[in-house]
Amino acid sequence: MGNGVEKNWEPKILAFLCNWCSYAGADLAGTSRIQYPPNIRVIRVPCSGRINPLFILKALQGGIDGVLVSGCHPGDCHYISGNYIGRRKSVSFKRFLEYLGFEEGRVQFSWVSAAEGGKFSQVVGEVVQDIKNLGPAKRLVKSRQVGSNP
Amino acid sequence: MEERLKVIQDRIREKAKELLSNKTVDLIIGFGEGSLPLRTTIRFIRNPGKVDRLIWNSFCENNLSTYLHKLSQSKVGLVVKGCDARSIIALSLEKRFKPNQLFLIGVPCQRMVDRRKVSKAVQGEILQAVEEGDQLIVEGEGFKKVLNRNDFLYPSCQVCVHRTPIQANVLVGDPVEESPLIKTHPEIIEFEKKSPEERWRFFEKETSRCIRCYACREVCPMCYCAECFVDSSNPKWTEKGLSPSDLEFYHIVRAYHQTGRCSGCGACERACPMDIPLTYLTQKLNQDVKELFNFETGIDAEAPPPLSTYETEDKQEFIK
Repeated sequence: MGNGVEKNWEPKILAFLCNWCSYAGADLAGTSRIQYPPNIRVIRVPCSGRINPLFILKALQGGIDGVLVSGCHPGDCHYISGNYIGRRKSVSFKRFLEYLGFEEGRVQFSWVSAAEGGKFSQVVGEVVQDIKNLGPAKRLVKSRQVGSNP
Repeated sequence: MEERLKVIQDRIREKAKELLSNKTVDLIIGFGEGSLPLRTTIRFIRNPGKVDRLIWNSFCENNLSTYLHKLSQSKVGLVVKGCDARSIIALSLEKRFKPNQLFLIGVPCQRMVDRRKVSKAVQGEILQAVEEGDQLIVEGEGFKKVLNRNDFLYPSCQVCVHRTPIQANVLVGDPVEESPLIKTHPEIIEFEKKSPEERWRFFEKETSRCIRCYACREVCPMCYCAECFVDSSNPKWTEKGLSPSDLEFYHIVRAYHQTGRCSGCGACERACPMDIPLTYLTQKLNQDVKELFNFETGIDAEAPPPLSTYETEDKQEFIK
């Protein structure tokens, strides 16, 4: 691979969407026929507070180029406080990753409600653009020794 | 200093004897003379006649609260420094003890001496080490060197501002002044000066020495999970091998699991047989937790751990 990026490289992005808001928001984007880049793979989770930092690391280790975690807006959590708890985990984990030398923007967070199909498409667009600017993930990637682009 | 340590040692023994004789506790865990100079060992004492085996000096570095996990049925008397007492409070918040199960013999700490730094300062093997005031006199075959002990302290001890144990049942010395020798952990300052690329390369290089003996985990009072994430086979979070990616994975998660729980005792780093620096990770998390959630581990026995609670006003500028 050298240090260059393959010509038609497209990032793989994993999105953890909460069942009650962001997943429904993504669904709305779909049913409203709003376009967004096809780089994301969605995993539906019960709540953004369900996100274990291990999920994010495991994704990066497996060759994912960027991670998006999205949940309900503050105050809207189906479980009252799950997203608040998730927010604390997110901020401390994001800071820790950046301290270790992960690029800022490799792991991103958003609030998208069930009514925000447009916002969902916009967030995905921004995340994909950010990750394209960063290039393929190199840190922690398991297959990096053989130098292949996962 | 030497006199002060002697007084503390005598009072530890006295207290231990009293507690064992009147059956307040079944067992005292404290420090004993190590078989090598600059080392101490752990003593589990059940017989009041044997309390003379307990000692106190500047090498009593271990965090003895680690040993409590296997002693849920006994009443235990424990010799604790400031950091150890903070671990105990953090563990009590996680409901690890029964009420009144513990009796803490608190020692206001004089900051501990880093034996590895001392060994590096002399040529040859150290056969004897004596503390005198602020001096550390080390002797070996063909050399005798007088060192200033304050130049050989652990980084975690240099930055410590909680040397007097909080919530100890008894203090066996006068409370000490709580000001740090240096303000920020020197390794964190060094690390933060680097670019993200260099930081990752440093982390990658240091962790690549890891042999996965898990000594850092075993020695940590906060690592008590019945099944650690590295041992779990379903889900299987990480492979068992020594591939760089798995080593990094382990070290990131081990450190992150200490968020808001680490007392900064530095036991993980001291236990590492490969000399991998580890406290620049956990101490950084402590700094972050202080800054973000205004929480310090083991200071307030009522405050819930920061990651199990929230404020509606928490920082969220980073969220789209």
